[in-house]
Amino acid sequence: MADNDYLIRLEGLTKTFSINSSRGFRSARLTAVNDVSFDIRRGEVFGLVGESGCGKSTLYKAALRLIEASSGSVYYQGRNLYEMSFRELMKVRREMQVVFQDPYDSLNPRMTLEELAAEPLRIHKYGGRARRLARTEELFAAVGLPVQLIKGYPHQLSGGQRQRLCIARALSLSPEFIVCDEAVSALDVSIQAQILNLLLDLKEQMGLTYLFISHNLSVVRFVSDRIGVMYFGRLVELAGKDELFDHILHPYTYALLSAVPEPDPGWIRKYAVLQGSVPSMLRPQAGCVFHSRCPHGDRLCTQTPPELRDFGGGHYAACHKAGELNLSLDTGCLAEKG
Amino acid sequence: MRTLLSNKFIMLGGAMILAMLLIALFAPLLTVYPYDGLDLANKNQAPSLEHMMGTDPYGRDVWCRVVYGSRVSLMVSFAAVGVAVVCGSVLGIVSGYLKGGFDLAAGRLIDIMMAFPSLLLSMIIGVALGPSTRNMCLSIGIPLIPIFYRVARGAALSVGERTFVIASESMGSGRFRTMFRHVLPNVLPQIFVVLSMGMGGSILAEASLGFLGLGIPQPTPSWGLIVNEGKPYMFTAPWTTGFSGAFIALTIWGFNLLGDGLRDHLDPRV
Amino acid sequence: MSDGGVLLDIRGLRVRFPMRGRGPVCAVNGVDLTLRKGESLGIVGESGCGKSVTFSSVMRLVQSPPAVLEGEILLDGRDVMRMSGAELRRMRGKEIAMIFQEPMTSLNPVMRVGKQIIETLRLHESLSEKQAEEKALEYFQMVEIPDARSRFWCYPHQLSGGLRQRVMIAMALICNPRVLLADEPTTALDVTIQAQILELLGRLRRKNDMSVVLITHDLCVIAQLAERVAVFYAGRVVEEASAGELFANPMHPYTMGLLRCVPTMRTVSRRLDMIEGNIPDPACLPAGCAFHPRCPFAADVCREQAPEKRFFGERRFAACHRAGEVG
Repeated sequence: MADNDYLIRLEGLTKTFSINSSRGFRSARLTAVNDVSFDIRRGEVFGLVGESGCGKSTLYKAALRLIEASSGSVYYQGRNLYEMSFRELMKVRREMQVVFQDPYDSLNPRMTLEELAAEPLRIHKYGGRARRLARTEELFAAVGLPVQLIKGYPHQLSGGQRQRLCIARALSLSPEFIVCDEAVSALDVSIQAQILNLLLDLKEQMGLTYLFISHNLSVVRFVSDRIGVMYFGRLVELAGKDELFDHILHPYTYALLSAVPEPDPGWIRKYAVLQGSVPSMLRPQAGCVFHSRCPHGDRLCTQTPPELRDFGGGHYAACHKAGELNLSLDTGCLAEKG
Repeated sequence: MRTLLSNKFIMLGGAMILAMLLIALFAPLLTVYPYDGLDLANKNQAPSLEHMMGTDPYGRDVWCRVVYGSRVSLMVSFAAVGVAVVCGSVLGIVSGYLKGGFDLAAGRLIDIMMAFPSLLLSMIIGVALGPSTRNMCLSIGIPLIPIFYRVARGAALSVGERTFVIASESMGSGRFRTMFRHVLPNVLPQIFVVLSMGMGGSILAEASLGFLGLGIPQPTPSWGLIVNEGKPYMFTAPWTTGFSGAFIALTIWGFNLLGDGLRDHLDPRV
Repeated sequence: MSDGGVLLDIRGLRVRFPMRGRGPVCAVNGVDLTLRKGESLGIVGESGCGKSVTFSSVMRLVQSPPAVLEGEILLDGRDVMRMSGAELRRMRGKEIAMIFQEPMTSLNPVMRVGKQIIETLRLHESLSEKQAEEKALEYFQMVEIPDARSRFWCYPHQLSGGLRQRVMIAMALICNPRVLLADEPTTALDVTIQAQILELLGRLRRKNDMSVVLITHDLCVIAQLAERVAVFYAGRVVEEASAGELFANPMHPYTMGLLRCVPTMRTVSRRLDMIEGNIPDPACLPAGCAFHPRCPFAADVCREQAPEKRFFGERRFAACHRAGEVG
């Protein structure tokens, strides 16, 4: 993946946790993120999808060094975050901000909206009081919050307004890179569209780069330029948005995409039913992580883990049979009712 | 400030505590008898015009002793609870937020303290440090630390898991800043609840120590001591225990009201 | 409307929660809904629109007082509002069963799942422990829990989210209820699991000939399962229609907006159509039509008068002054 125009690059990022088992003294090891490498280009929206527990949250936390990765490195503008001192890291953090899923829990209920929006400014000692207030008012306007609310408290806001405030806070130090961790998942549908449009507008205006993490494939498809699919701590497929949806290479991606319901009762879906149960994180199996549920698995898949291979045009997949299978969404899963 | 005064609980509780403090401060102006003047001829006298709260088993004026007793009792309970709140909450918040090794070490230390009955621990500390008012505060305050530690740690553990704490870290905030800016204010309400309990507990602990002869040296009165002195005559001369007990009760009630009021006042949602 | 096949009839339901120091929260403001035998009714709406409160009132799970309930809820002609405690207990589970969003919190964590089902069953039917266990196992197999016999004696935390929701469904169905209320049954689940659960619910409905009410904020889920759809906004039903008609030809501006603002797999535009503004606070609803501050078609009449239902065929209406003119 040689491309010099990247903003952030992950190389072999791995994070294992040790879990105290209930029996005995030996603690089990859980690999939440397993050897993940990809890069995010300047100015793009990189979508990361996967089901709950696939390690996508752990991945971004390790990528920002909010938690320490077990191995691997993260290059931000060419500099390895894992070789930085704490001070340097704090400086770089100004440029990388996070918008969290739950707008009800990500704002300290005992702080005013002004204090909340200006918190990064205070942490990084930006200007004096008046300067910070001016900046806060500017941010309120940028995200579409009424400036009169500035002295209020979070409980006076609706969910959508809270998420706007979280975005304002993330923008306060003019960052380069924003991680949106399920940023619209907890919002009502009519509000979701407002926030998605806002995020895209801000990206255009400020030249931001997003890592957009979500379990909602329709949303990820809408916002992203490139999409990575995670399963069980591994990146199983990575491609440009249209390429991914038109030429699925990994059977897991196929199962995931075909399960997305359409808002149209005239269509029924023939989705790929996943067999078998989800394997245990604690007892890693040999071979491909997906083989126990894969309808196409054979002996090779149970023995050797597949590498992430390049299929041209920036399309990567980690599957032994990638390219041999016919995984087309159009013919397979949309069939007219009756 | 206006909203602070409009809270009925804070007003009432505050007024009660303030009244107690004024009584303690102006004790000499409020009394006509010395607090240590023995008058064995007039022991256990019922309230009368001369002695508005009667006399104790040694013939001393109960009102006078109660008024002077408030000095010791209030000071000891304030100081003791102060020691306990500061040590317990700080240890607890740091433990609950940082977890790991610090939590383990602090937790075991607290376990050791809790293994002793608190009165026994007070006595050990009291004997080890020798009798004085300052040591008295320490010997009452230290056994209260586990209460505040446990409450603060539990609350900090749950607050530490909330997104705004993680968000603050992701913005580049240091651990201590996060701890005092985000964790502490959200742990305070729980601490306030135990605070008023601790106040009451320390007044009673002071009484118990006084009874065992480990308190403030005689003849300096304290509320607990007065209650204890009057106890054998509780049915024949109830005023000694009754009036001093009433002061203890009023003070604790005042603290409870103040604590509840402050908790509500500090919550922006109310 | 004919009364022939009507199983559940909600007439003019109002639910208010009095608040200390300010006006009451009007969660439900005059809802009329009918559910026929064997029908699947989808209820769509955003948070605070009264959809859950309406059906909690049907189960009489809304504490009253403090809540003030008005109107009639007829289950087979009997008024649920006037039922005694014993009658209510008989109704819950046996005639109407409910499944919730979060299957972890609706199961007792310290009790084996099989035991929980057996207890539910024996509340309503006099069966021996052995018979109850057999019947429960049968239902475990019916909801397609793989390896049902060993899963039967698991604790809830040992099961995945999808399996827990299947257990909840088995528990809800075991007394053969005539109505199943599913309140956001798949919201907490992954898409692959969601697809399986929705399909299972559809199959069980046809097999057991039961009525299903599916309450959700997700139009895609509604499209998969519901035959009829009622759209809730600010405590009212603003539009009701068969699923096909509603998705193809929405009449109320709110429904139109909802359908357009959700990104789907087929969305190609780089901007979403959106509904401006915020969801109204149920404690202070706007005058006139509650949707008018957000409605692109709002006229003067909308600001002054609450709209009546306008019918466009049997059981097809929109509560909008301008329904039929715009779209």
